[in-house]
Order: sequence, then structure tokens, then C-alpha cells
Amino acid sequence: MAEAVLERQEAREMEHTERTRNRRVFTPRVDIYETDDSVVMMVDMPGVSEEGVDIILEKNILTISGYTDDSRPENMSLAYREYRVGDYERTFALSEEVDRQGIEASMKNGVLKLVLPKAEEMKARRIEVKATG
Amino acid sequence: MLWQNNGRRSFWREFDRLQREMNRIVNDFVPGTLGSFPPINIWADEESVLVMAELPGVEAEELDVSIVGDSVTLSGERRTEQADDGDVRYHRQERWQGNFSRTMQLPFRIDAENVEANFRHGVLEVRLPRAAEDRPKKISVSTA
Repeated sequence: MAEAVLERQEAREMEHTERTRNRRVFTPRVDIYETDDSVVMMVDMPGVSEEGVDIILEKNILTISGYTDDSRPENMSLAYREYRVGDYERTFALSEEVDRQGIEASMKNGVLKLVLPKAEEMKARRIEVKATG
Repeated sequence: MLWQNNGRRSFWREFDRLQREMNRIVNDFVPGTLGSFPPINIWADEESVLVMAELPGVEAEELDVSIVGDSVTLSGERRTEQADDGDVRYHRQERWQGNFSRTMQLPFRIDAENVEANFRHGVLEVRLPRAAEDRPKKISVSTA
């Protein structure tokens, strides 16, 4: 049943760790897709600059954190709100097939793009199916 | 629509009405539902309104901000990047994509010439000053 070369699950947050910053934390939406060579993650973190992203890979746990400024307009009142501002965090468990040295990250317009190349020996080989009979 | 401009209270009443209307139209705020992207926050004072919207992944050139009278419309298209090489197999797809257009009605008419918009890290900030002719005018009362 292993169609996906790489399995990915979210690591469960440790309930008792607290963050030092007293900010709301959101789980950013992600798209994850796989090509022949790599797995690509696109993470929506509006308001986060390049310097505000932390990507930590420890053993096989990948933690993505995004920090935003707490800047509010001066002398204005919030009249209508649909979204709250805060930091972002999301954690993934990577499988061993990822070539850790080759992970690339870039940030543009509030979207983090992570390219996780597959280790050479794990790249999908296309297997031809011959019709028999 | 007639409403008295007699101080701060009526000002906020207008925004309450706006919020109730919005809540009626977009009952369950699920991003991806028609009419709910991008999420918008509005800050205001007596002289201007600041509209902020979260638009990660949208290019500034594909974003359209237009003003007519007392309403502002944000529209454009959000496309998610995709690899062109070979097959692409999605494991997760949570980010909304497509064409969007949202119109917000503001409590006063806008001086369109002096609107400033800036787009940084996927967050759009549009500063809309109140039109001069829409400002309350003090009428002096003479004693007979």
C-alpha cells in the first residue's frame, strides 16, 4: 500500500512546551506535492519576511516557524476583523528518503517554498507495464 | 442612507452594520468559499480607513485595487506554483487558488486621488483618506 515514496505525518505537538513569546500561533496552510526528483512544500505565512522564518530539522522532525511583527496602525481602531495576526508553526516527520543536505528554502510574498530532494537511490524508476497475452 | 454624523458613536454604528451584513453574506468563514478570499481587516479613524488583506503568493501586478465612491474592491488571481517537469502528485492541497473579488463598503466616500497601497510579505495595506466633501462640517449656531 506504499504508493507514496515518502510518507509524511504531522508530529503531535508536545502539549507542555510553552513558547517564550506570548503570541497567538497559527497552523499555516500547506500544499505538498511530489515530483520525480523531490518533494515540494509551499507554506502560506503572510506577514513573515525571510528573516522571520526558522526551519529546523532535528533527526527526522522538520519544524517550520514564522514570526510576524506586532505592528498595529497608530491612533486607529480596529473596526472590522476577519483574521487575527500571529506567528505560525507546523511540524512534519520526514522519511529517510530525503536528502537532507540538499534542502532549499525560499520566501516570496509571504509564501515559504521548501524543496526536499529525494536521495538518489530513492528516485522513482518508471517501470513499464507490458501487456501479456 | 441617512445617518447622523454626531460623533464617534454613529461612526462605529456604521461599522457594526457592515459587520452584520458581512456575517449574513459569509456565514461560515471557510477560506475557499466564494467571496471570502482574501481575509480582510479594517482599521479606521475619523479621517481615513486602512484596509488590510492577507494575500500570500499573489503577485503585486496581479492585484487590482479599485475605488468607486465609498466602496473599495480588491480583485485578482491567486495561482499556486507548480513544477512543470514530469508528473506532480499532490500529498496535501490546503491552499486556496483561483480568481477573487471582494468589495467592501466604507462609511464615507474616499478621496481616490490620495489612496496609497502597499504590498509586503503577502499582506496588502490600502490607506484610504476620506473625501473632503464627505467630512462633517461644523455649523455655527447663532443666537437670535
